[in-house]
Amino acid sequence: MFLNFLDALRKAGIPATLKEHLVLLEALDREVIERSPEEFYYLARATYVKDEALIDKFDRVFGQIFRGLQLSSEGGAHALPEEWLRAVAEKFLSREEMAKIEALGSWEELMETLKKRLEEQEGRHEGGSKWIGTGGTSPFGNAGYNPQGVRIGGKSKHRRAVKVWERREFQNLDSDRELGTRNIKIALRRLRRFAREGAADELDLDATIDGTARRGWLDIAMRPERHNAVKLLLFLDVGGSMDPHVRVCEELFSAAKAEFKNLEFFYFHNCVYEGVWKDNRRRFTERTKTWDVLHKYGHDYKLLIVGDAAMSSYEITHPGGSVEHMNDEAGLVWIQRLTTTYPAAAWINPVPEQQWNYSASTKLIRDAMSDRMFPLTLGGLDEATRTLTRKA
Amino acid sequence: MRFEGTNDYVATEDLKVAVNAAVTLRRPLLVKGEPGTGKTVLAHEIAGTLDAPLIEWHVKSTTKAHQGLYEYDAVARLRDGQLGDERVHDIRNYIKKGKLWDAFTSPRLPVLLIDEIDKADIEFPNDLLQELDRMSFDVYETGETITALERPIVVITSNNEKELPDAFLRRCFFHYIRFPDRETMERIVDVHFPDIQKVLVSRALDIFYEVREVPGLKKKPSTSELLDWLKLLLHEDMPLEALQNRDPKKAIPPLHGALLKNEQDVMLFERLAFLARRQGA
Repeated sequence: MFLNFLDALRKAGIPATLKEHLVLLEALDREVIERSPEEFYYLARATYVKDEALIDKFDRVFGQIFRGLQLSSEGGAHALPEEWLRAVAEKFLSREEMAKIEALGSWEELMETLKKRLEEQEGRHEGGSKWIGTGGTSPFGNAGYNPQGVRIGGKSKHRRAVKVWERREFQNLDSDRELGTRNIKIALRRLRRFAREGAADELDLDATIDGTARRGWLDIAMRPERHNAVKLLLFLDVGGSMDPHVRVCEELFSAAKAEFKNLEFFYFHNCVYEGVWKDNRRRFTERTKTWDVLHKYGHDYKLLIVGDAAMSSYEITHPGGSVEHMNDEAGLVWIQRLTTTYPAAAWINPVPEQQWNYSASTKLIRDAMSDRMFPLTLGGLDEATRTLTRKA
Repeated sequence: MRFEGTNDYVATEDLKVAVNAAVTLRRPLLVKGEPGTGKTVLAHEIAGTLDAPLIEWHVKSTTKAHQGLYEYDAVARLRDGQLGDERVHDIRNYIKKGKLWDAFTSPRLPVLLIDEIDKADIEFPNDLLQELDRMSFDVYETGETITALERPIVVITSNNEKELPDAFLRRCFFHYIRFPDRETMERIVDVHFPDIQKVLVSRALDIFYEVREVPGLKKKPSTSELLDWLKLLLHEDMPLEALQNRDPKKAIPPLHGALLKNEQDVMLFERLAFLARRQGA
């Protein structure tokens, strides 16, 4: 029963399994729902779909599989599109009649007349469905149309009549999920490595019980609190081509700042050279020498560079290539120095991955990072954090 | 015994079906949705409808799965042992029942709410798999097995902060509470403020949905914020004109503190108001 439905769902990428299918059958068997298509749709949705991002996919599959499914007759009022009604009106009312009514100026009246006319028509033709077409060919698509159910003028009170799964209300939830601070935090969480460091100020219950049992008196053991011991060095590209990515970088930054206790960040422009800075407003006056950074922060720091890597190739390969100042050593040299000092390194690029091939500088940097460049998406961040932990 | 929404809670059709399926088949119901759309209240209402006791388990980031089953208070036993208390000989005196235990042994069929399951550690749902599936667990200290007299009705809420494991999801019914459309919202307001003027509600809803539509809001106001705002409007006896003849140049709605919960959002509105004024001038 409904096995083709299950197949179709799986084909569409909804991770439904036999388990859910059996649950659905059990629910039908126990008569959880009344026998109406809507309720069946709701039940199937609650059973198969476990993620709101998949509801839209589910709606589409449901629509395909149960194409011929008729609506329950109750509340069978269609919210008719006005253009269609006008077309029908033109068909069933003569030109003169239309003109007359329109001269009266009332759309409601026009509809009233149309309604009467439709009723007459229905009496004359058997079944009355021929002139509009039987289900499936009517202008409603596959809705199957019954003229008795047409409510003319005004909106249906409960808009039940439009099949719920065809409304596709969950469309907005289906798309690449937005990258918010929260999501980034969760992705960064993979980097956590808990360790106990510092002053012993937490009661170690197990050790206390153990010690007490051994010695025969209350032997209290303390231990330091557990916290995230990962150290992160963050380099952020600012200005120029990075401007469109400001918001998402801002989010990445605030997520990282909240997540890591040992976070050091520096700004650079286009490529890292001999100087970086901590405060953008004073970028020319208060620079930190990159050598100092390399010396101050040990090998155990993980290096994360955020930048679009879009610049002229000279800025990377040649001394003096920087657009802002005279650099004695090429950017590539500095990147190599950074990656040697920090074996755990990754470059996060906010530009979509498909566009990386279009810029030569991106390729250069990617090579310099030995392919450890990741897009600024949840998947990319995930990959990046994996790489960072692996090298550690 | 069907759940049809209550006098205080407006349930949509799909929600009713999901709840009834979960109640009949006694499988956990996982409810997700924007904050403030009434996920937690749902459990209260189900309990109310079925006239069942509600057992609430609020999950925090430090909550461990076994805390829902039972906890063994070793420290108390240690102390009693040192003081020579008689209770020390029976280990059962030191076993503290958790919420799941309470739910399993409740004399009347209970509704168990596991609130914000995504707050806990990533392993938390996995640790509860067996217990929720078989509705029984072992107490190692005493060697007894606690089995549910009757499978309790379990409602689990999640804010999507963490992905839940597939194996866990497979055992649940799922419902996503959408942000209510205007019609539903009017019914919800009606339920909460039966005496409120229709015009006021309609105008307030206009403003409310306008605010939600403003692009770039960090936190969109939700149902609970709307209700708070209406309460404030009523309390302050805000004249209807204040809402009705709203000057387009004053983009900030009156008493916006109830709707906008983020200083950046308030700033955004102030900037918009400023722009509107400048264009008007």
